[in-house]
Amino acid sequence: MRAAGDPVADVAVVGAGPAGLAAAAEAAAAGLTVVLVDAGERPGGQYWRHGPHDDGPPGGHGRRTFAALRAGLTRTRTRTLFGHQVWLVQRDADRFTLHLRPAHDTVGPGTRALTARSLILCPGASDRQLPVPGWDLPGVMAAGGVQALLKGSGTLAGRRAVVAGTGPFLLPVATGLAAAGAEIVMVCEANPLRGWLRDPGGALREPAKAVEGAGYAALLARHAIPYRTRTAVTEIRGEDRVRSVRIAPLGRDGRPRGGVRIEVDADLVALGWGFTPSLELPLMVGARTRVDTDGSLVAVVDDRQRAGVPGVYLAGEATGVGGAALAVREGRLSGLAAAADLGRAVDEGRVRRLQRAVRRGRRFATALHTACPVPPGWTDWLEASTIVCRCEEVTYHDLCHAARDLGARDPRTLKMLARPGMGMCQGRVCGFATAQVAAALTGRSPQAGDLLALARRPLAAPVALSEIAALDETAANEEN
Amino acid sequence: MPPETPSGTRRPDGGHPCRLSFDGRTIHARPGQTVGAALVAAGVVAWRATRAAGRPRGLFCGIGVCYDCLITVDGRPDQRACLVPAADGMRLETGLPGRAADARGR
Ligand SMILES: Cc1cc2nc3c(=O)[nH]c(=O)nc-3n(C[C@H](O)[C@H](O)[C@H](O)COP(=O)(O)OP(=O)(O)OC[C@H]3O[C@@H](n4cnc5c(N)ncnc54)[C@H](O)[C@@H]3O)c2cc1C
Ligand code: FES
Repeated sequence: MRAAGDPVADVAVVGAGPAGLAAAAEAAAAGLTVVLVDAGERPGGQYWRHGPHDDGPPGGHGRRTFAALRAGLTRTRTRTLFGHQVWLVQRDADRFTLHLRPAHDTVGPGTRALTARSLILCPGASDRQLPVPGWDLPGVMAAGGVQALLKGSGTLAGRRAVVAGTGPFLLPVATGLAAAGAEIVMVCEANPLRGWLRDPGGALREPAKAVEGAGYAALLARHAIPYRTRTAVTEIRGEDRVRSVRIAPLGRDGRPRGGVRIEVDADLVALGWGFTPSLELPLMVGARTRVDTDGSLVAVVDDRQRAGVPGVYLAGEATGVGGAALAVREGRLSGLAAAADLGRAVDEGRVRRLQRAVRRGRRFATALHTACPVPPGWTDWLEASTIVCRCEEVTYHDLCHAARDLGARDPRTLKMLARPGMGMCQGRVCGFATAQVAAALTGRSPQAGDLLALARRPLAAPVALSEIAALDETAANEEN
Repeated sequence: MPPETPSGTRRPDGGHPCRLSFDGRTIHARPGQTVGAALVAAGVVAWRATRAAGRPRGLFCGIGVCYDCLITVDGRPDQRACLVPAADGMRLETGLPGRAADARGR
């Protein structure tokens, strides 16, 4: 075995969430030298996020798995880098170079680059958002962000909350807030959601999920949280921060039913419409994409998590949103596949069991996606002045104008003329919605190309020009 | 192997509450809170104004994706408040007009 700290690792794993931790643990256990990088301060990703003084996330969900994976990293002396964001991946003949920068500049420069023979990308996802009038007011947050604040910092984002959007993820957010002392005015689920919460039997092929669903139903009851299906937040009101929220029932067509509306006071609105996979790194190394059943753009992999680019593997939400348990299975599979491709002996029986488990998890995820679509008529609640792109402050009116009066038929042209997705976040927040608006304005449904136009990013993080210039110097030094 | 971070292999120390200054006013943070969390816990929900309309912004995505939460930390502009761990003596500045003057006047 090579010494730890070998300049060229066998495999670099990006992302230390459920998928990345599992990938690193398997690859290291199979005898590969592994380096694991994450922008966060500590391992866990979104699902296992925890504070610096906790030894793991609160609550029991997969806690033992987390502890075992983390112990595995220590046992195999895996090199881990936290607080490092990968902003560029370059490929030279037989190796990858990852360029890193600190996630924030209040600390030293850290490690600038890593090289590895193969690459397992597990970058996860972020909350998917649909703009709504007033969603740019302080006090409106992504549902996952509210959860992250609670899990990572032990901080309540507000005292009186409305949790809205679609999908089972709204439940842990609401019950988490309630358990920490917030009042939940209402959970607004846009879909009927028959067969999951109401009938956990529908989830029987994933028994753990059925138990989880029943558990949340009990928690909602215990905290007396009103849970309304076929209901959406259609307007958020306030001057300098959220004061109240307008809520409307949705018709069968997913459009707000006119007339019937209630208004409730709140200081926090947590919005979540599923998740958007983080594709900047997969796209950078040449992964192909497809539109998944939830309408998100995801990276394509084969039955061993290979990206179709030699030496590149992908696992977790980036290959299709499916939650932490599926991410762990995919991560393990990718680690084993990388080891096998580098000539290590792996247990093929285990590979097949994992492949079956991944397929099972995918089927369950597909069922959930089908039960929790984005309401087709959501653009009905936009007003002319509603901000769609938060960074560049592009309104719905700006998009309509570019599409109708300037003839922007596709997101790429829309982006050039009206600038959505051109700000600091590079379309990570508004990309999905902008693609949907563009399609709606031209009377079609969004295609992969629409989403891709807003998902490609030359760099995975904003960097100083000096850092880009420094790339040439590094290359020159290596040649000497 | 100890985890490597940009500040070396040192674990975040603490266990002690810390004090930060926010446009001249003192706010307290619990160990492990991010700057953004400490601000929200102190009742501050916005610390930036947008370029075009001057609208207030604070935390949105909570995980470093949206860049809504930018703040100046110890003189370094444009840091994501949701990612920076709060540390004792840290100086936070919004650059919002009137703010600093307000705080000094108190
Ligand atoms: C904000 C948020 C909160 C969530 N909370 C929950 C929850 O409480 N319960 C639940 O069931 N599900 C939650 N989810 C859903 C979550 O997607 C899955 O549960 C699970 O965490 C997915 O695992 P993963 O390994 O695919 O990705 P993640 O857990 O997202 O891990 C990906 C990791 O990659 C790192 N990364 C990404 N890009 C880079 C880069 N360029 N450089 C360096 N590091 C990078 C990230 O820092 C992150 O730690 C949440 C999702 C989000 C977005
Ligand atoms: S809240 Fe989105 S980057 Fe900090």
